[in-house]
Amino acid sequence: MGGYAAYVWPSYGIAALVLIGLLIHSWTDARRLEAEVARLRELGSDIRRPADMRGDAP
Amino acid sequence: MHRFANPTRFFRIANAVLPVLAVVSAGLFAAGLYYALFDSPADYQQGETVRIMYVHVPAAWAALACYATMALAGASFLIWKHVLADLAARAAAPIGAGFTLISLATGSLWGQPMWGTWWVWDARLTSVLILFFLYLGYIALVNAFDDPDRGGRAGAVLALVGAVNVPIIKFSVDWWNTLHQPASVLRMDGPSIAPEMLLPLLLMAGAYFTLFGVMMILRLRGLYAGRRLRQMRLAAASR
Repeated sequence: MGGYAAYVWPSYGIAALVLIGLLIHSWTDARRLEAEVARLRELGSDIRRPADMRGDAP
Repeated sequence: MHRFANPTRFFRIANAVLPVLAVVSAGLFAAGLYYALFDSPADYQQGETVRIMYVHVPAAWAALACYATMALAGASFLIWKHVLADLAARAAAPIGAGFTLISLATGSLWGQPMWGTWWVWDARLTSVLILFFLYLGYIALVNAFDDPDRGGRAGAVLALVGAVNVPIIKFSVDWWNTLHQPASVLRMDGPSIAPEMLLPLLLMAGAYFTLFGVMMILRLRGLYAGRRLRQMRLAAASR
């Protein structure tokens, strides 16, 4: 890396760390919350979604 | 456009697009990283540090595109009151903060060997730092209300006011004397960058933007499930 390895590799490392961290967080968050919705629905505590969540647009 | 405001229809389409987008993103990252690290020339002035450009510049582009997405989604929420618009703005904020953090950190790592300093308070760097704080402020603001719709409206107003920063960032290198170099790709008279460097740059930009799409869909799913949970708990509590 022509003497610049100490700057080039950390740049790629930080980019990878932030992007992979964001991706994993987005993925696990969606999975966890969707599983919780499914669990509550199985408990029979589901309700009809109110009109603003159904989004029946004109 | 209103057809897609129906969450069921929206997520049916989004979930069909998600795996395609994920595979394309992985492919673009593989190709982009190969060219960026192994099959592109060093710069005649900047040497090997030019390789920092391939993670730095696409991150900055994505950070700006993400902010535009957030502001437009916020505006749609204010005008049409679609829940999905609010959720889209909320989904974009942490992703944009991440892209901005990458551009700031890698820019610092590029500035030290090339400019002899990690940081300088010039127009480009300062306006991007403000972008980072706008994202953090938006996240704090939308979560500060018990009623999510009120939080969403307050956040949308902040996002719209902060949108003035986007053209300031883009043109800061032309309007003021900055240490930061001027645009070399998105120029009126075409890119001035060497084609061997433009290829990995565009591949990485494609990789960042498709990853942005993947993360947007995942975060929207999480936020939507969170809203449904809230409704279910409120209903259960009122029984």
